[in-house]
Amino acid sequence: MAGVRDKVAIIGMGCTKFDEHWDKSVNDLVVDACYEAFDDAGVEPKDIQAAWWSTAWSGELGIKLAYPLKLNFIPVTRIENRCASGHNAFIDACYAVACGAFDLVLVCGAEKLKDTGLPIPGVSDPVELYTSRVNPRFLAVSAYAQLALRYFHHYGIPIEKGKRILAKIAVKNHYNGSMNPKAQFQRKITLEEALNAPIIAWPLGLYDCCGITDGAAAAIITRADLAKNYRDDYVLVKGVGLSCGMYHPQVQDDWSVTYVRENVAASKMAYNEAGIKDPRRDFDLAIVHDCFTIHELVIYEDFGFSPRGKAKEDVEAGTFELKGELPVNTDGGLKCFGHPVGASGLRTMYEVYKQFQGKAGQRQVEIRNQRGITHTCGGNPLESHAAGVVILGLRGV
Amino acid sequence: MVGVVSYGAYIPIWRMSRELMGKGLSGERSVAGKDEDSLTMAFAAAMDCISEIDRCTVDGVFFASTTSPFQEKSAAATIAAALDLRSDVFVADFAGSLKAGTSALKAALNIVKAGSARQILVTAADCRLGAPGSICEQTFGDGAAALLIGNEIAADLEAEHSVFDEIYDVWRRDIDLYVNLWEDRYIYSCGYLKVVKEAVTGLMSRTGVNTKDVAKVVFSVPDPRRGVELARNLNFDPKNQLQNPLMDVVGNTGAAQPLMLFAAALEESGPGDRIVLASYGSGSDAFMFKVTEGVKRLKERKRGVKAYIARKKMLRDYITFLKWRKLIKIPEPRIDMSVSYPSAVAIWRERNRIYPLHGVKCKVCDTIQYPPQRVCIKCQSKDNFEEVRLCDKKGKLFSYSFDPLRENVPVGLINLEGGGRILLELTDVDAEELKIDLPVELTFRRVDLRREDGMYVYFWKATQIRT
Repeated sequence: MAGVRDKVAIIGMGCTKFDEHWDKSVNDLVVDACYEAFDDAGVEPKDIQAAWWSTAWSGELGIKLAYPLKLNFIPVTRIENRCASGHNAFIDACYAVACGAFDLVLVCGAEKLKDTGLPIPGVSDPVELYTSRVNPRFLAVSAYAQLALRYFHHYGIPIEKGKRILAKIAVKNHYNGSMNPKAQFQRKITLEEALNAPIIAWPLGLYDCCGITDGAAAAIITRADLAKNYRDDYVLVKGVGLSCGMYHPQVQDDWSVTYVRENVAASKMAYNEAGIKDPRRDFDLAIVHDCFTIHELVIYEDFGFSPRGKAKEDVEAGTFELKGELPVNTDGGLKCFGHPVGASGLRTMYEVYKQFQGKAGQRQVEIRNQRGITHTCGGNPLESHAAGVVILGLRGV
Repeated sequence: MVGVVSYGAYIPIWRMSRELMGKGLSGERSVAGKDEDSLTMAFAAAMDCISEIDRCTVDGVFFASTTSPFQEKSAAATIAAALDLRSDVFVADFAGSLKAGTSALKAALNIVKAGSARQILVTAADCRLGAPGSICEQTFGDGAAALLIGNEIAADLEAEHSVFDEIYDVWRRDIDLYVNLWEDRYIYSCGYLKVVKEAVTGLMSRTGVNTKDVAKVVFSVPDPRRGVELARNLNFDPKNQLQNPLMDVVGNTGAAQPLMLFAAALEESGPGDRIVLASYGSGSDAFMFKVTEGVKRLKERKRGVKAYIARKKMLRDYITFLKWRKLIKIPEPRIDMSVSYPSAVAIWRERNRIYPLHGVKCKVCDTIQYPPQRVCIKCQSKDNFEEVRLCDKKGKLFSYSFDPLRENVPVGLINLEGGGRILLELTDVDAEELKIDLPVELTFRRVDLRREDGMYVYFWKATQIRT
C-alpha cells in the first residue's frame, strides 16, 4: 500500500467562528470558510480542480458546495460518515491528490444545526432495523453515559471519583477555549461548576457534553512537490486512518463497552503510515473527538497516550493540559469550540495547521516534534463508530 | 373430558389510588402502563398461562376484549406470532360485549369437545375508558386473564348454559371514546340481576347440583354490593361461596373480569371443588367446572392473580393517567423521536425477530446474536445459523442510561442467559432501581409512536424480575 505520507500538503485553511449563527445560512458559512482558505492559499476559486463536501445533515449532493461557491462544473463528492465526515472527506481528497488525479483540490465541511433546534436523527436507528422502527431510540449522550458507566465499573472507579476526572477534562477544554476567538464558548469554568451542573444523562452532566453549533471549515490541498509554489509554511499529511465498527457492542455479547476499538484501529493505521512509535511523545499536540468528556478519557488510552485504565492518573497529573506533556484539544475541543458535525474534522486540522504556523496566539504550544494528530469519530458506544485520524507534520520529519 | 388445562393472569404493575380521582373514594384500581394495551396484557397473561406447556400442542388462540387496539386487524394473530406458534393455528378475535371473554371460552370448550383442536388458548383483556370524573373511571381496572382449554385437565367442564339479552345498559358506540351507562337501578333490576340469575338458574337445573355443593361462584361484578345481592338471590352464601371481585385492588376489568376471577378461584381451589362461573354483557354465559387433581401442579408455577396483585407501583398523580391514555394533549417533544412512519413491509419481513424475538446461533462458533445476521460477528461464517427464540430468556442489565430529553425512559444492554445481547428499553422500573447486573426479564409492549404514524407497533422491553 503506497499511502499518502509526504505526498499531500495543506496550503490554505479557513474556519468560521463556531457559533449559533442565527443570521447565517449554511451557504453563508461555506462561503466564509472557503474564501478564508482561498485567501490563505493565495488561490482563486477557478483554480480548484475538484472538491469534497462533508456534511452529515446540511445538504445532500455535491451541488450544495458547488452552488454557493459557483464551482463551475468540476467534480464534487459528498461524503457522509456522521461526525467523522470531515476526516473522511479530507482523506479521500488526499488519495485523489496523492495518486495524481488532481493537483489542487478543496475540502469543505459545514453544518447548520441551529435552524431546527436539534435535527439530529441521532436518536439512533440500528442499520438494518431502520424501517420497522420498533427498536429503542436513544440519544448519543445516553450511549456515552453507558460507556462511562461500564468504564468506571470495569476499573473499579466510584462514580463520584469518575465524575471528578471527567470534570477536569471539561475544565481543561474550557480553559483552552477561553483563549480561542473562534470558539463557541469562550469561558473558563471551575471544577465545582462542572460537578454541580445539571445531569444530562447520568452520570454525564452539562459540562460533559459538547455544544450544538453552526459552522464551516475548509482546506486547500495540493501535491507536496507543488506546495512550495504557494507558501513555505505548508503542512504535510503524514498518515491517515479510518475505521468503521460493526454494531459489535450490541451484536457481540461479550463486548466490554469500555473503549472504542475504531479509535484504536484508525490510529494504528495512521501511526504505521506516519512512523509513530511512541504516541505519547511523538506529537506536539492532539485534537481529538471530545463529544463527551468520557470519550476524551477513553481516547487517551485508545491512542496509546496512557496505558489502559491509567488515563485518570494522567488527567490528575495535568499531562494533557496546555502546558502539559501532551496538550490535547488546545483549541477548546468540541466541548468549547462547538460541534457542527460535518465541519468538525477540518476544524481539528485547522488548529494543528495554525499551531504549526505559530499563529495560535495565547494557546500556542511549543513545536518540537513537528507532528500533530487530529481525530473525529461518529456514532456512539452502543452502535459502534466511524473513526477518522489524520496526522499532520512539517517538512523534514 | 374437556376443561381447563392451565390458567394465567396479568395485572399491570401500576395502581391508582381512587383518592386521586375523588376525595374520600376508597381502594385502588389497576392502570395499564403507558406502553400497554389490551393486546400486550392478553399476551402477558398468555405467557403466564402456557409457561410450561409444549407450544406445539396449541392449535388455537382467541383474544377477547371490548378494547382491542385495532378495530380491524387481529390481535389474536399478533399474540400467536409473539408466542412463536405454528402458522396453522386457528386465531379469532371476540368483541362487542363484556361477555366476549366467556364467549371465547365457550367456543374453545366446544371446539375441543368436537375434536377439531387439541388445545385452545383463550385470552381476554380490557383497558376501558370511563369519562374523567365518572363512576366508570373510578371502578374500571385494566388487566387480562388466559385459560388453556384442552383435555389434560385442571378443571372439568360439567355444564354450560347461555342466555342473550337485548338491552341498553352499558354501551359504547363506534364514535365513542368513553363507556355510556344508563341509570344503575334500571341496569341492575332489568339487566344484571335478572339475566345472570336466569343463566345460572338454567345451569343449575341442567346439572341438578345443589347450590350448597358449589365451592365458589364467580360472577362478573360491576358493583360489589350487586354481586352479593345476586349471590343471595341465587341461594349462594355471599360470605363463603362468592369469589372476591377484587374491586378494591384491581377494579372491573371488563371482558377479562370473569376469567380473571375464575383464575383467582382456581388458585384457591382444591380437587373436587365445583366452581360456577357466569359473565354478564348483553346476556350471560354460565359454566360449571369441577376441579381435578391437576390443579395442584399448576399453582406452583404460576404468577397468577395473587402474585400480580402483590406487585405494584402507585401512580404519583392523576395527570399521569390522563397522559398515558392520551386523554390530554401534550405538545410533542421538540426532539422528534419518530422521524418517519414505521414500514409495514419491514415489520412483516422482520416478523420473526420482532414478535417471538428470534436471534441466531452460529453453527460454527455457537455465538448467539441479535438481531439475526447473515455473517457471524465472531467467526465471519456466512449463512450458517439456526434461529433461536430469545423472548423467554431472563437476563442481566449490562449497562443503562436515561436522559430527560427522552423523558428519562431507560435504555440498556441486556445480556441474556445462555448467550446473546440486546439493546432494549426498560419499562415499569424507576431509574433509581437500576444497577449493573440487575436481573431482568422481557415483556411485550407497545412502542410509543406518534398518533399520526398511523399504526401501533409492538416490541420487547426489559423489566426488573419481581416474583
